[in-house]
Amino acid sequence: MLELRNVSTFYGPIQALKGISLSVATGEIVTLIGANGAGKSTTLLSISGVAPPKRGEILFEGSPIHTLPAEKIVSLGVAQVPEGRRIFPQMSVRENLEMGAYLRRDNAGVARDVEKVCELFPVLAQRRQQLGGTLSGGEQQMLAIGRALMARPRLLLLDEPSLGLAPLVIRQIFATLQQLNREEGMTIFLIEQNAHQALKIAHRGYVIENGVLTLSDKAQTLLDHPDVRRAYLGG
Amino acid sequence: MRLVGRSLLVGLWFMFLTLPLLAVRVNTITETVEWRWLNLVWVGLGTFILSLALALWRQRSESQPQRDDGEGDITPRWRERLFHDQTVYRPLLIMALLATLLLPWLVDIYQINILVLALIFVVLGLGLNIIVGLAGLLDLGYIAFFAVGAYTYALLNINLDLGFWAALPLGGLAGAFFGLLIGFPVLRLRGDYLAIVTLGFGSIVKIVIENEDELFYGAMGIADIPRPGLLGLDLSLDQSTLYTYYLVVALALLAIFVTNRLKDSRLGRAWIALREDEIAAVAMGIDMAKCKLSAYAFGAFWAGLVGVLFAARNTFIHPNSFTFAESALVLSMVVLGGMGSIVGVTLAALILVLLPEYLQGLAEYRMLVFGGVMVAMMVFRPHGLISPSRRRYTRPQAQGEEG
Ligand SMILES: Nc1ncnc2c1ncn2[C@@H]1O[C@H](COP(=O)(O)OP(=O)(O)OP(=O)(O)O)[C@@H](O)[C@H]1O
Ligand SMILES: [Mg+2]
Repeated sequence: MLELRNVSTFYGPIQALKGISLSVATGEIVTLIGANGAGKSTTLLSISGVAPPKRGEILFEGSPIHTLPAEKIVSLGVAQVPEGRRIFPQMSVRENLEMGAYLRRDNAGVARDVEKVCELFPVLAQRRQQLGGTLSGGEQQMLAIGRALMARPRLLLLDEPSLGLAPLVIRQIFATLQQLNREEGMTIFLIEQNAHQALKIAHRGYVIENGVLTLSDKAQTLLDHPDVRRAYLGG
Repeated sequence: MRLVGRSLLVGLWFMFLTLPLLAVRVNTITETVEWRWLNLVWVGLGTFILSLALALWRQRSESQPQRDDGEGDITPRWRERLFHDQTVYRPLLIMALLATLLLPWLVDIYQINILVLALIFVVLGLGLNIIVGLAGLLDLGYIAFFAVGAYTYALLNINLDLGFWAALPLGGLAGAFFGLLIGFPVLRLRGDYLAIVTLGFGSIVKIVIENEDELFYGAMGIADIPRPGLLGLDLSLDQSTLYTYYLVVALALLAIFVTNRLKDSRLGRAWIALREDEIAAVAMGIDMAKCKLSAYAFGAFWAGLVGVLFAARNTFIHPNSFTFAESALVLSMVVLGGMGSIVGVTLAALILVLLPEYLQGLAEYRMLVFGGVMVAMMVFRPHGLISPSRRRYTRPQAQGEEG
């Protein structure tokens, strides 16, 4: 479904990605793990067209998207949950969700999907009229995921959804991601520093270091891999 | 006791601040300086009492448990009703409208002229509200678009003999075009840089007009601009003023109506999203460039449109009518009105134009009172007169039942 071929991305003179190649198949959960500043977010921004790659190509369902503007990529069915959630603080939960469906024009369908997201995250259901900025961190993350789902994406990109959340909430959110994948067949590309949790729900994983992919394997294999254990799992 | 001490300090500080203005009077005829110490005492005493009262009032309201409705901001009930209960705001609106329409028959021509100016600024405020209030962009040179509109009419009239009505839409379009022009270079700018570039743009327009004698008649200004025409009738000055008044009322109503519709449109929601969080807005598939450009274009359009009317009303335009001070005035209307609130901006524009006019009786203290009112407004209503109204109880629930 998604394929990156030799992608190199620059911020001015700084090269953040040095020839990344990876792929995500339909129905898979694939995770990309790495330390701070390894280039995880940059990978996501390259896919979503916010930081277009200088070299290499990115294919979505077989056609190149690395030359398209960001809004076009969203309209093709690639939704993202940006790093740090980025809820619209002065909009209510409901309005945040409706913004997620910005490109859609089927109002009835959007209203139905708001209900669906509220079923997925019951805490949001009780807080429909509450302002996004007043939600707790965990609730905001759920809202951010719900908002991305409102676009009815075929591929969901998430950048560190576990950031700053309590273990219990992280488990809850990851369980929901797994549920989405199993029940709706949602394809998910998950960027994480929390390697343990991410690898537990993922099918496959990649490890990125300093803009280069160093490992790529089945999630279970990576969980047991000595290098991964040492670097990301604490022993 | 701490409060008394602090209030005392406030009083002294104000005495010091107002010393040159209130205590010293230079008599230019006898070339002597009069010291009016008594004035200072009054200022000191007044601010002391005010500050103490304010501090006590604060203390009391803080010690009271606050009503927390889980919305994050506490909205007084009367406001909720004022804006959401049709039976309350409909009659109010109709009364306001009737008052506006009847007013010119009750006051003299001088007052009508001031009202026309105030309403021109209402339209300017509403236009800038699109850029600053809705899209969250900044424009410190907004008055340049107003100048573009005014000069479009004046020049089209001189060179092509075009009338007011033909120039009106052209002025608006010229404004919008200049809006796009400023929009492109500032697309990627934020914060301070945006402020500097827009400020520069505003000054450049004025300086170019001022120094280009051939094309724009430079610092001489342009005189004898025809007043708005009415079916080729010959209007007396009084009649023409009255006519201009109704024109600007119509224009202001149109601006209120259109910006209100715009706010609730797809584009309006995109602007608000962009203001709230640019990165998230892009992630939602909003075309940032298109959105920002359209905000500048729509905002500048109104300035251009009402600029034509301004030129026609004054019959004389001069680059000095379009300085940074005017830009700042319009910006304070948007800020004081409550970013994004149409009712708020309208009220603030009326207050900010009418207040100094009617304070003229206070002559030399005019700007002092004006500044005092500004400060007081920001203290008591930090989010503006009307903080952006949110229709959170009515619409969403109604929709929820349908879907
Ligand atoms: N806007 C930018 N301008 C310049 N350099 C940048 C920019 N954004 C990121 N970088 C650099 O690119 C490299 C990769 O950054 P990236 O944000 O992709 O890391 P990350 O893996 O997401 O880290 P984290 O886990 O902390 O989010 C870093 O060295 C960072 O300093
Ligand atoms: Mg990151």
